[in-house]
Amino acid sequence: MGAILAVLMALSVVVAAVRGKLPDVTAAALEAAGKASTFALGLVGVLALWMGLMRVAEEAGLVRWIAWLVAPVLRRLFPEVPADHPAMGAIVMNVAANVLGLGNAATPFGIRAMQELETLNPRPGTATDGQVMLCALNTASVQLVPATVIALRVAAGSRAPGEIIGPTLLASLCGVVVAVVAARLLARVTRPKEG
Amino acid sequence: MPDPALHALSFRDVLDIISTWTIPVLLAGIPLLALFRRVKLYPAFLEGAKAGFETAVRIIPPLVAVFVLLAMLRASGAMDAAAELLSPVTGAVGIPPSVLPLVLIRPLSGGAAQGVVADVLRTEGPDSWAGRLASVMAGSTETTFYVLAVYMGAAGISRHRHAIAAGLLADAAGFTAALVVCRLVFGG
Repeated sequence: MGAILAVLMALSVVVAAVRGKLPDVTAAALEAAGKASTFALGLVGVLALWMGLMRVAEEAGLVRWIAWLVAPVLRRLFPEVPADHPAMGAIVMNVAANVLGLGNAATPFGIRAMQELETLNPRPGTATDGQVMLCALNTASVQLVPATVIALRVAAGSRAPGEIIGPTLLASLCGVVVAVVAARLLARVTRPKEG
Repeated sequence: MPDPALHALSFRDVLDIISTWTIPVLLAGIPLLALFRRVKLYPAFLEGAKAGFETAVRIIPPLVAVFVLLAMLRASGAMDAAAELLSPVTGAVGIPPSVLPLVLIRPLSGGAAQGVVADVLRTEGPDSWAGRLASVMAGSTETTFYVLAVYMGAAGISRHRHAIAAGLLADAAGFTAALVVCRLVFGG
């Protein structure tokens, strides 16, 4: 990120100097910095409401409820993990927390799931099919409500901040399907030779 | 208006119903569920809401960096030159030039991606074609390299096998699906 910023900022200054637009760049840069802080303040209300509501949902056991719903599907995605192994429990809770958009709760479950899967790994240090599958599920985001994006839309003064919920859900489901299929099919290609 | 014949719901109607109902249902359902489960509702809410404030504050630094960078690129004319240069690509795929940086940065940095989305929403409007597309694209993809670093690192795995390929394919699918779905739902 740092390198990208440095190169592109230097580039804009050079381009501006050549085109005699340096004062414009200075003014735009300073104005944008100010705008960033006011924009971020516009996020506070929605993020506070949503994270408050999700904390209540967590306390009320909604994560476990969703976990129960997704467990049968997930068992099929991890055929090498015994259903009663602690890895399975952590995987299910990781996915359920992700669905509710509880990033802070999902990560510890995901890390524990990766470590539990490592105890089943015949080749420690080389990812198993299951570990890749779990990463694939986490790099494709399925979230019931994309709260941060909605907060950004509210801060920008949208007339219909929630109108992207349905489209986002459908697009992310496509992403998950591709993630799962890719993890499955590519596993055959990259599987270490036996023996 | 929704179709009176409920069995003839189009795909657009279904997405519309999801968009309209999800937040109200959760706003009504979660507190009721908490009440039913005898959870200390209000303290839990306040605790979570405080974390929401902290999240907003954490977003400020990357927002400043990305807003300033994009403003400099625009004011210098470099952005227009790049858009011109890339117009065969963006024109063929049908994504606005302002959304292109999001596609490039999304797998690398979540904070920067949020900054790009915020900048598109701020400069082109949240209810514009670019604003809607950027919103859906950002919501349906993840910071792939960050997720892999955290998860693989936690288990001490050095050989990732096909994890990066699967993650990037998922992102590509998310972007493509976002573009297609937005076309169908919002036009553009």
